[in-house]
Amino acid sequence: MASENPSASEYIKHHLQNLTFGQHPDGSWGIAESSKEAADMGFWAIHLDTMGFSIGLGILFLWLFRIAAKKATAETPSGLLNFVEMMVEFVDKSVKESFHGKSKVIAPLALTIFVWIFLMNLMDLIPVDFVPRIAHDVFGLNYFKIVPTTDLNATLGMSLSVFALIIFYSISIKGFGGFIKELTLQPFNTPIMIPFNFVLEMVGLLAKPVSLALRLFGNLYAGELIFILIAILPWAAQWALSVPWAIFHILVITLQAFIFMMLTIVYLSMAHEEH
Amino acid sequence: MNINLTLIGQAISFAIFVWFCMKFVWPPIIAALEERTKKIADGLEAANRASRDLELAQEEANKTLRDSKEQAAEIIEQANKRANQMIDEAKEQVIADGKRLREAAQAEIEQDVMRAKEALRAQVSVLAYAGAEKILGATIDEKAHSEIVEQLAKEL
Repeated sequence: MASENPSASEYIKHHLQNLTFGQHPDGSWGIAESSKEAADMGFWAIHLDTMGFSIGLGILFLWLFRIAAKKATAETPSGLLNFVEMMVEFVDKSVKESFHGKSKVIAPLALTIFVWIFLMNLMDLIPVDFVPRIAHDVFGLNYFKIVPTTDLNATLGMSLSVFALIIFYSISIKGFGGFIKELTLQPFNTPIMIPFNFVLEMVGLLAKPVSLALRLFGNLYAGELIFILIAILPWAAQWALSVPWAIFHILVITLQAFIFMMLTIVYLSMAHEEH
Repeated sequence: MNINLTLIGQAISFAIFVWFCMKFVWPPIIAALEERTKKIADGLEAANRASRDLELAQEEANKTLRDSKEQAAEIIEQANKRANQMIDEAKEQVIADGKRLREAAQAEIEQDVMRAKEALRAQVSVLAYAGAEKILGATIDEKAHSEIVEQLAKEL
């Protein structure tokens, strides 16, 4: 905590600041001590908390699923394997329903997106002061944001990767010419309308990663913000509000993970389809 | 809220996770699931086949049982018929034997009678000769009268 008795706005701002590591304007490297310092670091800085938690959760996901994958047999499944198989079947079914091309990447991609985003969102349910307090008292870290999906970098990082896949599949399936044709000859198939079509299709194309990233970020950021606002209230009110909001939020985090996964599948299947 | 290197770091870790999932997590689980699906389908099919086989076997068993019953009935009937036949044959045999024996006995009796008659006849002729000799007091030429005597004896 920056000061012993922060005002409400200080408290909120404090909770919305990532733990940033980068180069100070004076040339030295280190962790930013304030929002301004973090902003001054520019692009070549990294959010240690976002990276740490997202990679940690990703490894947790892969570790759990790898254990299950090693045990996977055609015999009667049990325990962890049951759960993992349920997830895999769910994702596999979702992929098969909306994606009709052949690709080895899409199903594992969808599984990774769903479980990873779900786990990252799940961090939202940990009481807002819990981990930052430990980080401050034990490690002396001023800022600590544990929900990676409330960091626009994290969601944009994923959605831009998906965007790269969309471009890659569009070009590899339709050819470069086919991709350009799709961008310029739709929806009005006349040479005069090419500039208009191009603007329209480019907006449509670019809106995909942006909306993907902003939807997830916005939902989780808003959810986090409300938890922070509730945390400012007197403790009795916290109880009354935090629990219902957390229960409601369980739905939101699952839904957002699912939406991100489904939209990825849909975008990639659109990239696979010829017109 | 600044866009910075975290974005690239996130994209890289995302790519690595997807790659790992694609290489080491997805294939074994999907393979196991498919294998299990196949196994269950096979099991169901085997169960169906087995029940069909059972039905067939039962039908077969019933048929065999019915056939054997029929056969057994036939054999018993035949045996009965045969027995009756044998009894009849035995009866006929006995009747025939009896008849033959009776005939043989009768023939013997007749033979005996004939023999006795012959002997009697011979003696009668002798007696007749003797009687006639005595009556006539003379010797009768045996040769001359034997014809008459024999004729007489035959009439006896």
